[in-house]
Parts: sequence; C-alpha cells; structure tokens
Amino acid sequence: MSEASGTPLAAIDATGVARRFGTTWVLRGVTLRVAPGEVVGLLGANGSGKSTLLRILSTLLRPHAGTARIAGHDVVRASHDVRSQVGFLAHSPALYADLTARENIAFAATMLDRAESDIESVLDRVGLMAAAERQVRGLSAGMQRRLALARLILMRPRVLLLDEPYSNLDPEGIQLMNALIAEWVADGAAALVVLHELAPAANVLHRTVTIVDGRIEAERAAHLSLAAGGK
Amino acid sequence: MSLRKEWRRARAIAWKDLTAERRSKAQFNGVVTLAVTILVMLGFALGPDAEAIRNAAAGAIWLAALFAGVLAFNRSYQMELDGGALEQLVLYPGSRRAIFAGKLLANFVFVGLMLVVVVAVGIVLFQVRIPAQWPALIAILFLGALGLVTLGTFYAAMASRSRARDVLLPLLLFPMLVPVLLAAMEATKALLGSNVMGDAGAWARLLIVFDVIFLTATFLVFESVIEV
Amino acid sequence: MAGVATVSTVQVPRERRQFFGWFALLFLIASQITAILISPPDRDMGDLQKIMYVHVPAAWMTMLAPLTVLFFSVRYLFRKREEDDLLASSAAEVAVAFAGLTLMLGMLWARPTWGIWWTWDARLTSTLVLFLILAGYLSVRALIDDREQRAQWSAAVGIMGALNVPIVYMSVRWWRTIHQIQSSPSTVDPAYVIGLRLNAFAFLFVMIYFIRRRYDAALMERAAEHASEAAALGVVQ
Repeated sequence: MSEASGTPLAAIDATGVARRFGTTWVLRGVTLRVAPGEVVGLLGANGSGKSTLLRILSTLLRPHAGTARIAGHDVVRASHDVRSQVGFLAHSPALYADLTARENIAFAATMLDRAESDIESVLDRVGLMAAAERQVRGLSAGMQRRLALARLILMRPRVLLLDEPYSNLDPEGIQLMNALIAEWVADGAAALVVLHELAPAANVLHRTVTIVDGRIEAERAAHLSLAAGGK
Repeated sequence: MSLRKEWRRARAIAWKDLTAERRSKAQFNGVVTLAVTILVMLGFALGPDAEAIRNAAAGAIWLAALFAGVLAFNRSYQMELDGGALEQLVLYPGSRRAIFAGKLLANFVFVGLMLVVVVAVGIVLFQVRIPAQWPALIAILFLGALGLVTLGTFYAAMASRSRARDVLLPLLLFPMLVPVLLAAMEATKALLGSNVMGDAGAWARLLIVFDVIFLTATFLVFESVIEV
Repeated sequence: MAGVATVSTVQVPRERRQFFGWFALLFLIASQITAILISPPDRDMGDLQKIMYVHVPAAWMTMLAPLTVLFFSVRYLFRKREEDDLLASSAAEVAVAFAGLTLMLGMLWARPTWGIWWTWDARLTSTLVLFLILAGYLSVRALIDDREQRAQWSAAVGIMGALNVPIVYMSVRWWRTIHQIQSSPSTVDPAYVIGLRLNAFAFLFVMIYFIRRRYDAALMERAAEHASEAAALGVVQ
C-alpha cells in the first residue's frame, strides 16, 4: 500500500497476527484494517485477546506470527516510529499514586517534550484544574481516567488504541471522551477502541469488529450492531 | 535524541522517584532501620572482643548497606509495576538509557543517604575512630555506592518483574558485586584502620575502574532488559 | 496465511557428531595416561599431584566457557536468532559442570595437602564466584517462561557475567596479595608443562563436544515446541 498508488495508507494494518501465552494461542490470525479518520470498535468475550491485540499494535508485545503496521511502520522493526504515532490508553490508569495530578502530567509533558503551558491546558480540558494539587491516590477512579485522558491529549496521537476507555466515567466524562475522539478523528487520526458495551461509544463508532476464537469474526456497521443488541 | 533532552528526561524520572519516595516515607525509614539492625546483628556475630570488632567494621558497614540496599532496588521498579506505569514509561519517545540514568540517580541518592547513616552508626557500634582523612572516606563511600547502585538498578529491572524477585535479585547481584565490594571494603578498612593510606589509594583507583566498566556495560545492555 | 517462526533445525549427520565425540574421549584418555606416566611424583604431594591434570585444565575451561556465553549472547542481541540463545545456554550449562568439577577437585587436592578443604586462594575463589554467576544465569532461564523475554534477559545476564570474570579474578588476587597470603604452589615446573598442555587440548575438545551435544538436544526440543505450537494454531508447517 503506498500513497503513490492512490490508496491511502491504512492507519492500522494487521495481517494474520497471532500470539500465544505459554502453549495456548490467544490470537490465532487477526486481520484488521483501520483507515485514517475511522473509529472502529473491538468487541469480544472476556479473555478473547482484545487487550493483547492492542498491546501488540502499540509495540508492547511482539506478535508470534503475522505482521502489523501502524501508519506504514512495522510494529516490530520500526517500533520507535510507531510509538511516536500511537496514543495508547491502557485499561489501568498507569499513574503514579504518590504524585499529584499536575505532577503526573508535568512528568508526561517532560517525557513527551511538550511545553509547560500544555500542562495547564490539558488539565483544564479534562476538568481537573480544581483537583490538580491532589495526589492521585486520593482521586476517584473516574478522575484518574480523566487524568489518563489528559496525558493522552499530550501525546497528540495519530493512531489511538483505547482499552475500555469509558470504564469509570460519569456521563460528563463519556461526553468528554467522545468529544475528544471526534476532534482527533476530524484531524485525520484513526481509533481502535476495545469495548465491553456499545452504548457509550455509539455516536463515534463507524463500525465494529468482534474477536471470536482468536480471529476477527464479524464486521458490522455500528448502527447494525446496536440494533442487534449492542454486544 | 539530543543529549540535553535525554538528561531532562533522566532528571524528571529521578525527581519523580525521589518525590514519590519522600511522600510515602515508609520505604526509606524501613530500609535504614533494617540496615542498622543488620549492623547490630553483625556486632553480635563478631564481637564483643574490641579488636575483632574493630577489624570487622569496614566489612560490616558495607554488608549492612548491601543487604538493606537490595530492598531499595526492587522498590524503585515497584512503583512502575503498581499501576502499570512501566508500560507507559516504555512507550514515551527517547532512549531507554534516560530511564536507566534516572532510576540510577534516584537509587544513588537513596542508597547514599542510607550509607551515611550506616557509617555513622557503624563507627559508633564497632568502636572505630573517625579517620583524619574523612574526605577520602567519603570519596570511597561515593565510589562504592556508585558501583552498588549501578549493578543493583540494572538487575532489579529484571528481578522486580519475575516471580521470585526476592531471591533472584540477591542471587544475581551479589556475585557480580564481589569486585566492587572487595575494593570498597578494603579501602574503607585501610582508612578506618588508621594505617596504610597507600592501600586505600590503590583500591580507590581500582574502584574507579570498576565503576567505569560497569556503568558503560549496563548502559549499553539496559535496553534489552527494560523492554516488556 | 499465518506462518510460525521456526528454528531451522539443521540435521547434522549423526556420524560426524559421534566421530568427534569418540575422538575427544580417546584423546582425553591418551592425554591423561601420557601425563601420568611421564611426570615424576611431586616432592611434597607425591602422586596426589596427578589430580592437577584434571583440575587445572578444568579450571581453564571454566574460564573459557563464559567467553563462549558472551559471544553468543552478544550475537543473540544483534541477530535475535533462537540458535544463538540456545548455544549460549548450552555453553553456560557446560560451564557450570566444569566449574563444579574444578571446585571439587580443588577441595580434594587441598585437604590432603594442607589439611583444610578451602584455602580462599585466588583461582579457586574466583571459580566459586563464577559458579555463582552461572547459577544466576541458569536461574533466570528457569524462572522465565516467555521465550523471547528469557532469551533477552539471559543474553543480558550472560554478557554482564562474562565481563565480570576477569574482573573478579583480578580483584580477588589483589585482595590476597594485599594481605600477603602465600599464593598457592605454582604449576610451572617444566616437567608438568607437557602433560598440562596435552590435557588442556583434550579438555577443550571434550568441552566443545559437550556443548554441541547439549545444543543439539536443545534444538530438537525447540523444534518439537515449534511443531506443537504450529499444530495448536492449525497451521501446516
């Protein structure tokens, strides 16, 4: 796939991705393509490998078979390039409990080489200015999720890999998440979102795919999924 | 990645580690108390004869620092593992060496402070006089701590993530520390024993060589160890 | 569509391996007999001195084997090929065996000679530390289940450990010298040199043979693992 041929480079391009844990194959050949500007929901039963797939796409894990490319970069051979494009939101907030909200963001800003002013603006955007000086240990799960979201904004991702991003969010938080996704997507970013239920993401999803038995089984347009029962 | 940016990242990591440590406090106090306890135990094992105790002072101090320090190294990665923060840390752009440098720096401050307390208590318990060349002693403590912390930070990156972390870290670390500990103990012994300054100098030079070798090697190899 | 990475299990013709094995064994026997026959009994130790023809070459191999581990560990980190990982670990296992042998013989020699089991002499002590370093390497391999992580971490531990071998030796020797302990009797009496050199080569051949045999076994194990994984995935290999 190249720009020259007229087909746009897929943001996420996975072919036959397989991964085992010990002797059990969790992913058995996942083939998936997400174009820039698309939001794809990833569904599947518990333990079906959704998080594993996301980890492989974000370069945290290597595939044991198959290939995956993010914005044209191979996740194994060009992992550094992939990392500069990807924004990964893990299921656990991945924050430092003894540091304040602001300190966590400031740390991320330094690691990402962002300006000081960005710290304030992202905290404001996610509505955590009031709680900025509180230690993460004392923040509710929903606020921690927002903080992780703030960090995600700092990353300025071109490809979003979100693992159950709506968990613990109140309705305002859900609105915030959807607004952000819409903004990123309008800018040309792509998103692969692991979901347990469709309802929160209904308005931003373009389509859903389901992992069954380690492979992508069904692809449906989002509104069809919802009509079929939302799971 | 420019060196100045890498240094900023390393500093940020060190600052983060030390701030978290300062706020939780539990670890430092616990580790220092443990070190002192070990010193006392060693005193019982080796004493009460004054001569024997005085000869054993240098060894006892470094061993106490070593055994207590082992706890410090695993703990430095524990905070990353607790929230799943290690994954995020690894995903940031920039070289892995900045992560190593940052953790090394934080551990050095931690262990250095602990060592100061251990030496003070050791001088009292083991009945040695504060040497006239105490600046030289400080230099030896610095160099010895550097070697200890370099290898400790390196191996803890692996051990802290394995099933048998409490056993694996000492098992890997202690044999590797033989040269550094020998040099540090002998130099300390020479200084505390009031005689042969020349000895301490030779050992100090060896220590510097060891530190340079181990720092270089660990920096080069760290990347293979931190990737999940 | 989904391919499984496999080790290219080179089927080395059995005959060649066996031939080398027999050669090494016969050479060893011949070297031992030669050395025992041509060297006179030592002034102090008498015939006990003959143990040196196993102990010293074993010690030399113990120093040599980590270099092998170092080489293949470095190569693994660059090429990421499973063969290099298996070679490094095979070398490490053989190294542990030789280290153990060296230590035991050293103790068997020391006891009748000086009346004590352990003398903290530079060579023996360094070998003991090396033994512990290698034990650490093997522990890492035993504790990690994920193949890639195990290979990466083993390589890192192997490289650091191998680098430390000369450093440990140097510092222990200096430690002994500083305290003006008499060094252990030297083995440079010319009457013994031929015997030692011969046996050094013999032990080298034996070590190479052991490493290759161990490596072959590891390769076969790995190939079987790959086959069963491919089968579980439902792919024809």
